[in-house]
Amino acid sequence: MLVLIGVALVVVGFALRLNPLVVVTVAGIVTGLLGGLSPMKIVDAFGNGFAGSRSVTLFIIVLPVIGLIERFGLQEQARRLIAKLGVLTTGRLLTLYQLIRQVTAALGLNSIGGPAQAVRPLIYPMAEGAAARRYGSVPPTMAEKIKGYAASADTVGVFFGEDIFVAIGSILLITGFVDSTYGLKLDALHVALWAIPTAICAFVIHGARLLWLDRQLDRMARELAPKPSDEEAVQS
Amino acid sequence: MIKVEWFYWLCGLLFVGVGALTATDRSNPKRYGSAAFWILLGGSFGYGTFVVNETAPPWPLGVAVLVMAALVGTRQLSRGTAGGPSEQQRKAGADRFGNRLFIPALVVPAVAVLFAAVLVKVRVGAEPLLETGSETLIGLGVAAIVAVAVGLVMLRPTAADGGLLTPMREGRRLLEAIGWAAVLPQMLATLGQLFTDAGVGTAVGTITHHILPHGSLLGGVVVYCLGMALFTIIMGNAFAAFPIMTAAIGWPVLIEQFHGNPAAVFAIGMLAGFCGTLCTPMAANFNLVPAALLEMRSKYGPIKAQIPTAVPLLLCNMALMYLFSFGVL
Repeated sequence: MLVLIGVALVVVGFALRLNPLVVVTVAGIVTGLLGGLSPMKIVDAFGNGFAGSRSVTLFIIVLPVIGLIERFGLQEQARRLIAKLGVLTTGRLLTLYQLIRQVTAALGLNSIGGPAQAVRPLIYPMAEGAAARRYGSVPPTMAEKIKGYAASADTVGVFFGEDIFVAIGSILLITGFVDSTYGLKLDALHVALWAIPTAICAFVIHGARLLWLDRQLDRMARELAPKPSDEEAVQS
Repeated sequence: MIKVEWFYWLCGLLFVGVGALTATDRSNPKRYGSAAFWILLGGSFGYGTFVVNETAPPWPLGVAVLVMAALVGTRQLSRGTAGGPSEQQRKAGADRFGNRLFIPALVVPAVAVLFAAVLVKVRVGAEPLLETGSETLIGLGVAAIVAVAVGLVMLRPTAADGGLLTPMREGRRLLEAIGWAAVLPQMLATLGQLFTDAGVGTAVGTITHHILPHGSLLGGVVVYCLGMALFTIIMGNAFAAFPIMTAAIGWPVLIEQFHGNPAAVFAIGMLAGFCGTLCTPMAANFNLVPAALLEMRSKYGPIKAQIPTAVPLLLCNMALMYLFSFGVL
């Protein structure tokens, strides 16, 4: 039970808003020591863990092209494009994106979206552009909210889409673990099919919240707009 | 055979290039510390190849990782202020190229899909064209290269833009915005491994077993789903939670005792874990990195947007499992 101190360190560190990288490193060292690993073994663990998980950082490889086209006005163009599509409000656009993300992930096309290659260069600027069209300007608090929801549309979409695809990691983990541990012969296709009801619930719940975002933005725009009486006071 | 390691090396070169540019960036108050961070990271990507192949000891990489964390902890990692393109430049670019600007951006998913859906099946002689298990990553790597080439040909950046180095310079701008969060997902993967090695999973499994209400199907479903979500919040990864929770409850209680349909129980159990992933900073690559990429003021912005979905969705998972896996309906 002593090893749970490492978990507690992480929770406390994050709660105190300390730098997460430092919190995680310290928690790793402490957990290793409590678990009876020698300092040498802990350093080895950091080396092995880092080498074995390089795949999660590979998305960096798309940053040069995104940066390049951003320099030539990609985000600007995304805003102009959305300005012509009046029916697409911020919420509707993000709902549509979540749907596309979910359906393509269900077909195994995971790399079609993602925060680096889609949300930053295309989806967020369009979502913000739609808000700018509607409210005239997008103050920072509103932009912050749109950013959070744009990221969430991507994440919820891919999480609850990919599990419908038979050859995705989580399905293979389920069948692999259960078959080898308990001697079952689970059909990956059956496991994948049982992901469909949750996928529908995820689309309904998060899609509704994305649509509701429009109303929240309406309210924020009203609250942030200078009140007429203030304006008069300034004028006089 | 095209190997994923090639792309890790390319990624490493990119980090080293960013480090070299950072070392000469006088607008960065901590340029040497920052350059050291990026160059160490780049070197780690290359050295990691030998660690994975077990042809080099892992400890030098471990030391490098700890030094990177120390650089961040002592605030030696900073970014330059001489920032990206001006609004005028961006507007001028949009005027000039219009919707053609989307082409390089769309090349990325197009090529990635070509690899994931078509080239994955191609074999050269006896062996597959793409390294097995890494097809998607390879597709992303090739897509990035093709897109840069298309972008350079189409946009023809001038010497004032940075010439052929423009992608590197602009990529650096985005990478500096991400900063230390770029390394966090890999650190968390390491932490997860240390947790597992030290027996955190077994400890959590024991606790869960004690709070389980015996003889109640609904109780078992609730504890299994909630346990998956909570354990995922701690570990940052539903994959780590699944074997523990399944050994503690999923198999002995829900399958053996209550004869649930294994495919449904385990599929929905995993998705209950995914609800936890939506809520935790420990899943940095899904939650904190996007915040950094979007240059949000609060790193927790995406999590705040996701928690109100995660909670009802977790309840849906419990209901679905209870109703459909045990012949209740």
